[in-house]
Amino acid sequence: MLQITLNGEGRQFPESDLTVAGLVAQLGYAGKRIAVERNGEIVPKSQHESTWLAAGDKLEIVVAVGGG
Amino acid sequence: MDQLVIAGRAYGSRLIVGTGKYKDFDETRQAIDASGADMVTVAIRRMNIGQDPSQPNLLDALPPSQFTILPNTAGCFNAEDAVRTLRLARELLDGHALVKLEVLGDPTTLFPNMPETLKAAEILVKDGFQVMVYCADDPIQAKMLEDMGCAAIMPLASLIGSGMGILNPWNLRLIIDNAKVPVIVDAGVGTASDAAIAMELGCDGVLMNTAIAHAQNPVLMASAMKKAVQAGREAFQAGRMPRKLYSADPSSPTTGLIGS
Repeated sequence: MLQITLNGEGRQFPESDLTVAGLVAQLGYAGKRIAVERNGEIVPKSQHESTWLAAGDKLEIVVAVGGG
Repeated sequence: MDQLVIAGRAYGSRLIVGTGKYKDFDETRQAIDASGADMVTVAIRRMNIGQDPSQPNLLDALPPSQFTILPNTAGCFNAEDAVRTLRLARELLDGHALVKLEVLGDPTTLFPNMPETLKAAEILVKDGFQVMVYCADDPIQAKMLEDMGCAAIMPLASLIGSGMGILNPWNLRLIIDNAKVPVIVDAGVGTASDAAIAMELGCDGVLMNTAIAHAQNPVLMASAMKKAVQAGREAFQAGRMPRKLYSADPSSPTTGLIGS
């Protein structure tokens, strides 16, 4: 079980080990244009596969939306 | 060819448009096509976790391969949030460095917070961003932003989304006359004549969103704005006739009248 904060909301995942890439895939966003920040630091796309999440991590996942 | 050059890259259109407030992505795309804009602004927001991820997203409708995507910091009220947002934007857009910085000072007027704007601009320029900066129509602070290395200075013409038009043309002229980087009016344009006035003043471009998106017919207004920006630019380049305040000057010959 892994407890993290994702975009400001508490979330639990059944796995104990999950990478950023695994999380993104579970959310259905694999291959989509997103950016990920973990505990205030950007996780570059090239490191999504190799970055393991830890309990209590604060993740932000953002997309581009309409704006002026 | 008359092109807008920002941070060393040339753009055919001097009209930059936002992508907010449209009914759907179809309308967004149609309006942007009608505007002729090469550069479009986008906002960066948290992914909507409950949403069906197979739904189309904005960048499917406006692919970065066809448009220069200008991520903004709308909604940020301090330098730290703005810098953080644009670092995420750079990651999202594969290292893209051209950004629109706006740090707001007040939720009612959305007037820029200039001390925080200057602070964020300095950090972003040092971090390798090409910063197009929304700012007050204050010639001194505009110059400070330019000296700091901003790629374009973008003073408001009136409040964001207000459609009040060009309220202080004198300040805009002072900024334009002082600047060596492009000056782009950002915010306040309401209709085509406002865009033409901005360009006639000598602005290098106009950035707008609501004037198009909240027109009764956004696609038709986008087309009007394209023409207004072009017309205003040509009028600026042509050089207007001097104003004669207290005398008329007939356009027809004053001699050869019948009965003389």
